Amino acid sequence: MGISGVLAKFFGKDTESEASKTVAKERLRLVLVHDRMDISEQTMDSLREDLIAVIGRYMEIDKDALEVSLTREDEGVALVANIPVLNLKRQPIDKSVIPED
Amino acid sequence: MGKVIVVTSGKGGVGKTTTTANIGTALAMMGQKVVMVDTDIGLRNLDVVLGLENRIVYDIVDAVRGNCRLKQALIKDKRLENMFLLPAAQTKDKTAVTSDQMVELCDKLKDEFDFVIIDCPAGIEHGFKNAIAGAEEAIVVTTPEVSAVRDADRIIGLLEAAEIRAPKLIINRIRVNMVKTGDMMSVEDILDILAVELLGIVPDDDAIVISTNRGEPTVLDSNSRPGEAFRNIARRICGEAVPLMSLDEKRGFFGKIKSLFAGD
Repeated sequence: MGISGVLAKFFGKDTESEASKTVAKERLRLVLVHDRMDISEQTMDSLREDLIAVIGRYMEIDKDALEVSLTREDEGVALVANIPVLNLKRQPIDKSVIPED
Repeated sequence: MGKVIVVTSGKGGVGKTTTTANIGTALAMMGQKVVMVDTDIGLRNLDVVLGLENRIVYDIVDAVRGNCRLKQALIKDKRLENMFLLPAAQTKDKTAVTSDQMVELCDKLKDEFDFVIIDCPAGIEHGFKNAIAGAEEAIVVTTPEVSAVRDADRIIGLLEAAEIRAPKLIINRIRVNMVKTGDMMSVEDILDILAVELLGIVPDDDAIVISTNRGEPTVLDSNSRPGEAFRNIARRICGEAVPLMSLDEKRGFFGKIKSLFAGD
């Protein structure tokens, strides 16, 4: 902060810095995302099973090679899944796209 | 058959012991038969907050080890005849009581009392695990600070893992002026982050320091603002629907003037 900032602060007109509670909330949000990464093996297993079930409805996947993990990133946490596809199921043909003679 | 409620926070110094003492006293003032259990072995303090430190003969370790009968270790309050304290041991090790012993102790106490309020030590180790072992419900105390809210979040996770569902939150030491200027997180901000049920809010007030100095829980003082907050909390614990107290500055100011004239 420059001289004017110091003066502004001195005169109680500190408009430069945002309200400190906004900073507190944002810091808390980030810290809790990281803290809450500590989820149980059990929860990760059931997430994995649910993913297999849902994706399995659309394509054949390699269940044993499937990898799911939480990864720390600068701005939070990402759920990263690597799911090898073995085969795609033939989609039922949408009748509306069949050209009429 | 009584209820066993543990008062916990993770972080130290947020007001667990003060909360325990005031909720216990307020419940006793409502006619409930109450026992408060200090599980902070080696660092006992609930006795001094309640002003009962001179009456201790036996403690929780004596009671669970059978050095005395449970009844002998219970200290009867000097003001309220239906209020008791089971003090922690001061000279023994943290590991002097096991979780199984705590469960057994709580079972015995809830046969005799309407409310068993357990004051939990700070931290998440042995003492915490013991304190929650025999509890059915939990009150989590926090203050509007990043560190306290973070620890509250961790504790809520640990309570749920221990199958103590739906812990209730008390936000302690709220400073209305700072909330208004945006320099303190508000009740809504904290509830947003923690997503738990709110049991009550307690304003930051000099009355707490004074009551702790004297060993007189602030709920005994009818002019005390935090006293009113804790009395409201006790009524909610008994199932009454009590609206949150207004933290408006004017009321606080006049309240202080009023208590000045009342000679407090």
